[in-house]
Amino acid sequence: MFNRNEIFETINMISQENLDIRTITMGISLRDCASDSSKITRQKIYDKIVRNAQNLVKTGEDIERDFGIPIINKRISVTPIALVGESSDEDNYAKFAKVLDDAAKAVGVNFIGGFSALVHKGYTKGDQLLVRAIPEALSETERVCASVNLATTKAGINMDAVKEMGLVIKECAERTKDRGAVACSKLVVFSNVPEDNPFMAGAFHGVGEPECVINVGVSGPGVVAHALKELHGADFGMVSETIKKTAFKITRMGQLVAQEASSRLNVPFGIVDLSLAPTPAVGDSVAHILEAMGLEKCGAHGTTAALALLNDAVKKGGVMASSYVGGLSGAFIPVSEDAGMIEAAMCGALSIEKLEAMTCVCSVGLDMIAVPGDTPASTISAIIADEAAIGMVNSKTTAVRIIPVPGMKEGDVVEYGGLFGRAPIMKVNPFSAEVFINRGGRIPAPLQSLKN
Amino acid sequence: MKAVITVIGSDRIGIIASITGVLAKANVNILDISQTIMQSIFSMIMLVDISNINCEFTELSDILKQTGEELGVEIRFQREDIFTSMHRI
Repeated sequence: MFNRNEIFETINMISQENLDIRTITMGISLRDCASDSSKITRQKIYDKIVRNAQNLVKTGEDIERDFGIPIINKRISVTPIALVGESSDEDNYAKFAKVLDDAAKAVGVNFIGGFSALVHKGYTKGDQLLVRAIPEALSETERVCASVNLATTKAGINMDAVKEMGLVIKECAERTKDRGAVACSKLVVFSNVPEDNPFMAGAFHGVGEPECVINVGVSGPGVVAHALKELHGADFGMVSETIKKTAFKITRMGQLVAQEASSRLNVPFGIVDLSLAPTPAVGDSVAHILEAMGLEKCGAHGTTAALALLNDAVKKGGVMASSYVGGLSGAFIPVSEDAGMIEAAMCGALSIEKLEAMTCVCSVGLDMIAVPGDTPASTISAIIADEAAIGMVNSKTTAVRIIPVPGMKEGDVVEYGGLFGRAPIMKVNPFSAEVFINRGGRIPAPLQSLKN
Repeated sequence: MKAVITVIGSDRIGIIASITGVLAKANVNILDISQTIMQSIFSMIMLVDISNINCEFTELSDILKQTGEELGVEIRFQREDIFTSMHRI
């Protein structure tokens, strides 16, 4: 039998420190849904998603009750729609988004990811049509998430796509200006995108993935913060050890749930994503972990070093706890979804420039950042280019999920509620990058030796 | 298959009697009980065998939750695996 402390440690993590399984995401390949008729393609997409995922939500809820651990989200990721729709006669890919939305509603998942295109070296016809349809798709559906990969370490950065995504983001904001530009919160622009990420908005089912797969994302920033708060004055060796042990325990939950879901649904287990994903709830913040290490506010000098230690220790602890690790695996720093980040941005401790530096040492990137509505598209493109460059040169995933909120200016706050939280409008460097962005073309792939 | 039942709340007469009654009805065998009272807070951990349970796990879970509400204590009923995976390599 276990000793009392072990039992109550687990129970406290769940009931007091917000330990949860953030998401069970079912990846479904839609490659066999391609057809030359748009109507047939859409029917096949709907049927296949509903057939595979009809028991996903119920199974998730059953596991939740058997083990007594909350599973916050049940989600679906699919093959990038640009690949699936390409052989069809469809010109308006927003119709594919609508069918994804309908399928998501039919099976009861709260998000479906995969309205995506991979354009790091250039556009195909399907990519072009998909990117063009993103504003309509995200403003007229509720649960669909879109992503575009426009850079990799091996291909360089597609600057034409960078330019276009600035405009797409602006249009997404404009079309949903009455809802705080919410369409932008469902759109991620990536460099080195992983193909098995279970977290939204950037999830899709990569081409190297099996027919159907279960990926699980764990969470638990509150558990780590709590463990660190008890370590007054301990040195960094001890801090790192404590985070590793905690991450191990958190990840074991993810592994258990992933195996259980995989066997109950009779779908292979893919990966556990070792991310620390915050929510706006009190006690579920990554920023507060950094502050527990001794920083007055997240964003103060020292934040990048603290985050580097945290991110590395989470991976070291988590890797041994799971048989297959993948996805994004690192600490997330979404501003609007993290109570500590919101406070830090509001009191001026945290700037976009500091967040950019932080993305060099953690996953994923400039995430859920609200900026003034009059920020030019070229500036948004330039922010994307900077982030993509960090990913490309450092062989890591980086991403941008930025929200230029129409009618809002620095110091205002946009409220989303739920998991998306509330976002203070952050200051953007006012100097222009327009001439730079207008050049177009590709930034060549970087050298992988002579590293300095 | 085994499960762990934990009970936390203010002490009163009949907590164990009520819970064990529910378990006996569901054909659940109790393997181990450990109980303490610290500053009038009652806490109990019970390891049970649910291999021959005569209802659904979730059904028993609901009944125990309701029993807890009637007694004014918090009862959790969880499969043992969650503790094994977290605390044993």
